[in-house]
Amino acid sequence: MKIKIARYTSEPEVTQALLEYEVEMEDATLLAVLNEIKTKIDASLSFSSGCRSSVCGSCSMRVNGKEVLACGYKVQEGDLIEPLQNAPLVRDLIVEMDKALSLNAKAKAWQSSLSKNQLLSQEDEKRNELQSDCILCGSCYSACPVYAVNEEFLGPFALTRVWKYVSDAREANASEKIETIQTNGVWDCTLCDGCTIVCPQGISSKADIEKLRSKSVMQGYSDPSFSNSFGGGFSMDGSPSF
Amino acid sequence: MRSDVLIIGAGGAGLVAALSAHEAGAKVRVLTKEYPTRSQTCMAQGGINAALGNVEEDSVASHIQDTLKSAHGIAEERAVKLLCESAPYAVAWLDSIGVCFSRTKDAKIAQRKLGGAYAARACYAQDYTGLKILHTLYDRCVAAGIEILNERYLLNFITHTPQNADAYVGGATVLNSRTGEVETYESASVIIATGGYSRIYDKHSTNSTRSTGDGIAAGLRAGARVSDMEFIQFHPTALKNSSILISESARGSGGYLVNSKGERFTNELAPRDEVARAIHAEMQKGEEVYLDIRHLGEAFIDEELPQERKLAKLYENVDPVYDLVPIKPVAHYTMGGLEVNKHSQTKVRGLFAVGECANHKVHGANRLGGNSLLELVVFGREAGKNAALYAKDFDKEIDASTFTQSAQNFILGVKHFTNQIDFYEKRSFIGNIFYNNAGVIRDDMGLKAVLGAIRQIQREIPFMGPKDKSKVYNTNLIEFIEFGNMVELSEIILVSAISRNESRGAHYRSDIPQENDIAYKAHTIAWKEEGVLCADFME
Repeated sequence: MKIKIARYTSEPEVTQALLEYEVEMEDATLLAVLNEIKTKIDASLSFSSGCRSSVCGSCSMRVNGKEVLACGYKVQEGDLIEPLQNAPLVRDLIVEMDKALSLNAKAKAWQSSLSKNQLLSQEDEKRNELQSDCILCGSCYSACPVYAVNEEFLGPFALTRVWKYVSDAREANASEKIETIQTNGVWDCTLCDGCTIVCPQGISSKADIEKLRSKSVMQGYSDPSFSNSFGGGFSMDGSPSF
Repeated sequence: MRSDVLIIGAGGAGLVAALSAHEAGAKVRVLTKEYPTRSQTCMAQGGINAALGNVEEDSVASHIQDTLKSAHGIAEERAVKLLCESAPYAVAWLDSIGVCFSRTKDAKIAQRKLGGAYAARACYAQDYTGLKILHTLYDRCVAAGIEILNERYLLNFITHTPQNADAYVGGATVLNSRTGEVETYESASVIIATGGYSRIYDKHSTNSTRSTGDGIAAGLRAGARVSDMEFIQFHPTALKNSSILISESARGSGGYLVNSKGERFTNELAPRDEVARAIHAEMQKGEEVYLDIRHLGEAFIDEELPQERKLAKLYENVDPVYDLVPIKPVAHYTMGGLEVNKHSQTKVRGLFAVGECANHKVHGANRLGGNSLLELVVFGREAGKNAALYAKDFDKEIDASTFTQSAQNFILGVKHFTNQIDFYEKRSFIGNIFYNNAGVIRDDMGLKAVLGAIRQIQREIPFMGPKDKSKVYNTNLIEFIEFGNMVELSEIILVSAISRNESRGAHYRSDIPQENDIAYKAHTIAWKEEGVLCADFME
């Protein structure tokens, strides 16, 4: 079977090419095919991998424009393999994740203080079980049209993480968390659901963002674009605004 | 800028050590060859042991007893006692920082039974226990503002040996994968937390492709000693074709092991070494072996083992709810590692080790499921604290320049290796001969044949090398250096296994199937002198 891989190198100068590879493999994961190419055909092909079982998030990339984990995707004839978008491309299928990961810090995606000996019911546990399955593979940032144009946007996995902690019965200071995500956060999302579609763990950051919005409203925050336009008519200087 | 504590590796052990050293007031820097959440820890499924007695009666004494029994006489009682007594606090701490454990109906942390345990003792989060612990630790490090530098591959430790005194560490040299440049990080103390070496078994291992024993090999080169390297745990149930792990909790919950005739042939809840041997024996008879969890029902499987179901479907095209799952035992965990004292310090002053790369002598000849996540929390805290304490009194000079220079020369030199022999082929060859002759069952002849092959490969290394000569993110180069580390450790595993003329725990010699306490109730110690491998036994 033949697949095409987007190659990229910056040395000696920036060079990009779409190269076709042929392998004799059937019913194989993309990661197995990439390993076959690297070890038998072209040792310079560069990609990241780790656990092979979809929990480490190393081998996220795009197939025919859609984000997948290479270890969790079965290759089809003619597939086009490309790196994730919206992250600095290092080489071939490897992108740098530092920027996206730094948004966890910016969003303060952690529990505010230690919470000792708190009983959690099964219901409490289920509230953020799914969100705590996140593997930080970065597929959601690659698929996010808002992050594509505003790199200050906190983005899907950081906001899902915030919801994970905000919704946790052990979090004592949820209001501080909500405050942190008002700017470049929950209100910037267009609810396009692109992140949900590509998440290999079945998490919907869009749904988490909606829940964070409700919490925000309950705490007295409102959608800044909405409040500006609400009532419309005239702005302070009397000129009409739309 | 120099750090007080430099940590190599950002899996569970590295991150716990980082938090603990930070708490002790040290300036901490963490380096990882991947990203923290991509570490091996994320693959741990079964759970973390603590005698909480949340679902049935249990006691710290039973936890100690089970651990010692499974260790077959070569665990250190003091260390095991510390491990098990600290366990309830370790789990309480993980709970306090937000780990999403599964819960019981009465709102406590849920526990389940794993092999070799007297009671349901493993606290778990579905079959994502390691993943959820690792990510929560990472969030904690981010909250603490701990410096973590990603994609730095360890080359060597910087050491200095004063006249008439022991060597001490002064940092590490690494390859920045992104730039291809050698970087030098000076530090008063260094903690190695780089994980195990199961990938020597290549495709016959459950582990991440990055479990290549880098830190152990670099530690040896720096003058540290290793111990019990021949003890390698084979997990009884990995998917047959892909070696993907199916958690022990599948058997703990009542899953059966059956052969082609549908007959059960062993106690599924015996310790892993025994179950792995029973499966191996069936397979030697020409039987296929399957895991059968159909009777547990779809609701249970989806709630407790969602990952297993997904992986069995993907890799074997079977659905455990309706089908038998074909399995085989593969390399899973390496009990041996860097020899450390009770302060987690190696023979090199200021050089500490923790996690799977270290041998804290709590697992002995066979680790119990649920004890490795526990080990990384309990001893991660100790190592971090002790390294910070050591760094406080550190008043020596560090001169790294010769180490930087030799690391740069090494990277340049390796690219000039002749490339007549393909190291990827040799890597998979080593995996096969290790699996067949240094695996679940070994004997003197087979081990010596593998040692011969490894010594030959050592001589051939200059005729291998990376094909890719570029600087930026050269994975071919890094995989070659990883291969070199694995070859270095392979020799030690084999020499240790050949020296141990008995069977004990995971080291099973078909030519000498008895345990021999008089001669071998001791630790196998190995070290390098002027590049030459030396080995001995030590109580």
